[in-house]
Amino acid sequence: MGLTLQDFEEQVLELARRQADQAEVFSVETLETPVTFEANRLKQLKTRRTRGVALRVIAGGRIGLASTTLLENPDELVRDALAVAEFGAQAGFDLPAAIEASPPAVFDPAVESLSVDEMVETGQRMIDRARAENSALLCEAHLDKVVSTVRIRNSRGAAGSYRATSFSLSFGVNLIRGTDMLDVWEWQSSRRRDIRADVMVETVLHKVRLADRTAKVPTAQLPVILSPKGAAGTLVESLAAGFNGKIVLQGASPVGDKLGKKAFSEKLTLYDDGLIDYGAGSAPFDDEGMPTRRTALVTEGVVTAFIYDLFTAYLAGTQSTGNAERSLSSLPSPALHNVWIAPGDASLEDMLADIKEGLLVDQVMGAWAGNILAGEFSGNVHLGYRIENGQIVGRVKDTMIAGNVFQALSSIAALGKELYWVGGSLRLPYIYLPALGVASKET
Amino acid sequence: MRDQLADALKAGAGADYVEIRLQRSASTHLSYRGREIEQVGRATGLGGAVRALVKGGWGFVCFNDLADLRSSVELAVHQARLVGREESRFAPAEPVVDSVWPALGKDPRLIPLSEKKRLLDEYNEVIWRTSDKIQTSIIRYHDLSRFSYFANSEGSYIEQEMVDMSLVIVAVARDGGDVQQAFLSRGSATDFGALENLHAEVEDVARRAVRLLSAQPVKGGTYTVIIDPRLAGVFIHEAFGHLSEADHVYENERLRELMQLGRRFGPPELNVFDGAAVPGLRGSYRYDDEGVPAQKSYLIREGVLVGRLHSRETAGKMSEAPTGNARAINYQFPPLVRMTNTAIENGTVPFEDMLADIKLGIYAKDAYGGETTMEMFTFSAAQAFMIRNGQIAEEVRGVNLTGNVFETLANIEAIGNDFRWNHSGGGCGKGGQSPLPVDEGSPHIRVRNVVVGGE
Repeated sequence: MGLTLQDFEEQVLELARRQADQAEVFSVETLETPVTFEANRLKQLKTRRTRGVALRVIAGGRIGLASTTLLENPDELVRDALAVAEFGAQAGFDLPAAIEASPPAVFDPAVESLSVDEMVETGQRMIDRARAENSALLCEAHLDKVVSTVRIRNSRGAAGSYRATSFSLSFGVNLIRGTDMLDVWEWQSSRRRDIRADVMVETVLHKVRLADRTAKVPTAQLPVILSPKGAAGTLVESLAAGFNGKIVLQGASPVGDKLGKKAFSEKLTLYDDGLIDYGAGSAPFDDEGMPTRRTALVTEGVVTAFIYDLFTAYLAGTQSTGNAERSLSSLPSPALHNVWIAPGDASLEDMLADIKEGLLVDQVMGAWAGNILAGEFSGNVHLGYRIENGQIVGRVKDTMIAGNVFQALSSIAALGKELYWVGGSLRLPYIYLPALGVASKET
Repeated sequence: MRDQLADALKAGAGADYVEIRLQRSASTHLSYRGREIEQVGRATGLGGAVRALVKGGWGFVCFNDLADLRSSVELAVHQARLVGREESRFAPAEPVVDSVWPALGKDPRLIPLSEKKRLLDEYNEVIWRTSDKIQTSIIRYHDLSRFSYFANSEGSYIEQEMVDMSLVIVAVARDGGDVQQAFLSRGSATDFGALENLHAEVEDVARRAVRLLSAQPVKGGTYTVIIDPRLAGVFIHEAFGHLSEADHVYENERLRELMQLGRRFGPPELNVFDGAAVPGLRGSYRYDDEGVPAQKSYLIREGVLVGRLHSRETAGKMSEAPTGNARAINYQFPPLVRMTNTAIENGTVPFEDMLADIKLGIYAKDAYGGETTMEMFTFSAAQAFMIRNGQIAEEVRGVNLTGNVFETLANIEAIGNDFRWNHSGGGCGKGGQSPLPVDEGSPHIRVRNVVVGGE
């Protein structure tokens, strides 16, 4: 006979605290209702009711982890965690004795009460609008509503839980002319019901219009404007690694030895921020119960902090920054919450006006496949435009851009004065770089 | 279990099609960062999914609590009804009743954790003793066993067990501000032995990481490239495999026109296939997640498009036959059309002959990974060397290559005679389902006019 999730957690913690030095039970319960439109039509409705429990123990000074979705046998979960702890890492830190919650709002009743019918209507409206402008567009829309409950309890007395909502919306169009394929997509996620579906469709349609003509760029070092989405596709993964306390501790971060030193353009101020109300990466506490916070990673070009969970902080001789993230089947590890760059003073028009010949990059493909640690990136410009004498003149194809994230951000020509959400946890401006390597097919 | 599922399926009466999958799984993972162990953990799971088809619309429900089984069938059918607006076109498949157990060599479940750890300790030690330029190491081992019960409204009932193992070993070398890495990735669906005795390869990983410190970034441009079997496998997976997945094509009329069977994509020497029926690989299985028997499907024969990969839905809508390629990464997802083991068949050209007349080119080896948006695709080399005057010359780094499906396959100039499967520990991602175990294989190939990114 199955137990309720809470009963199961209590029994596990009770059993574990008797046999381990410290024990922590982490659970996530989720109800998710995705709505999928494909090929201009409603295609699939889904309901996901999932839950699971993870037990972390420190036994004999070593860390063990076991998780399950099967709420039948608390003994077995405890036995599994203790068995693997024998081979686990040396702990040396204490789990928190209490959970202090930070203030960000993460639950919106308007998301919870959002009906499938409303989601279907929204998706249909987006497709109708796009097809009214151009009936050759093949549209795809994904709407997803998630309500989840996260709970942490440990043997030192800490206990906390929160409910969170999330709504995400993606919209993409495909247009084929001859053998030429154009795909434009936008994606946003928020814990609040504040995503403007109408704005998203217009953004996509605008980008389709800009891509109406094709243009060529030479193989050369060229000035490049990264759109917020383009910046997300090229820069963020290496930054996330470079400021991860675990990678710093291993000596594998190019900025790991630059704390307090200038490593970037003075135009760059970069935050990790777990406190943004309704940010997709916001939470009242992290996945081991430490309060979330805002951390300035880079302040006017100077490296000012790295991010830590409890274990990494212990190894590094510092404090947790409230950045522990985990899945049910992995131990907590440092990860960014919401990332934002302080805005600059340029408009996109200012940036364009400054460029005689260059590239505006919006969607990048495959740039993750490389030496992320070193900041080296090289990717296909899946959606990008040639800039000529300050004007966008057409879409480029069969073109790569390449560079080094850390070098590129040490000489920024300008940052946009407006910030845009990319997905739900990145808030970025347009970024104008004076030179990146561009390679394009010879004709 | 069969009776329980049959009983629950009754709640779906009236739908055009209903299927239930229940899965029980157990996994172990072990990872290192640097000299110390980072994590060790065990996970067990039980979950189920119901998928229902009504008038061309789909409902899908997944759950962890088996008490929800019957209500999930009802909910999936209800959702499908809300979606369905047309006639369901679902290709017929013979109902199957069968039980399948994998033929295992060394079963990872029978190997004590202490022994797994000892092996990884040895590999880690090999990395660290290879050079004082080694800054750190990362090792990740994961094994999974899963027992699945599948039943559908047409009378199929299949019990299938699968095992999967993967090992990734990364060596990181550092010189001042320069951080370089090299890695090895291995997987197996049958034998823990495939992850043993890799000490020489691991040493090579460490040496490569150190060597990259003195390699220069590649200069961007258009080159003739020779692609080693490992990267060529990823190349064909990205360049053509994804476009062969009929779910990208079946409701896109223009793409259907471009992907007419009989269209020429490559030279007469080019043959490409995919198939889970090729035994013993990570993408191998007996039945897919719709209960359709696995097969081996030719996608390209003698340079011409001859087939594609199907689920029952895409096959039904394109009036072709299902190919056994409907796969879901686990019960939390509905099956999609996916690749299994994808390969370029062996050709005849010796490696030396490919090299001989290249004045300036790139020898690209080993894969970081790749991505595609159907027309354009990327595939990234983990090792690369310049080719100068028919000789392999200096090492370069950061080689990511891009191609265009309508041109690049036609630019294949030579297909080697040294076919091999990758046996990598990575996987494929699609529709949020990643990493799905697949394999790729190829001999060396030579391609002209490939755009390489660089500074």
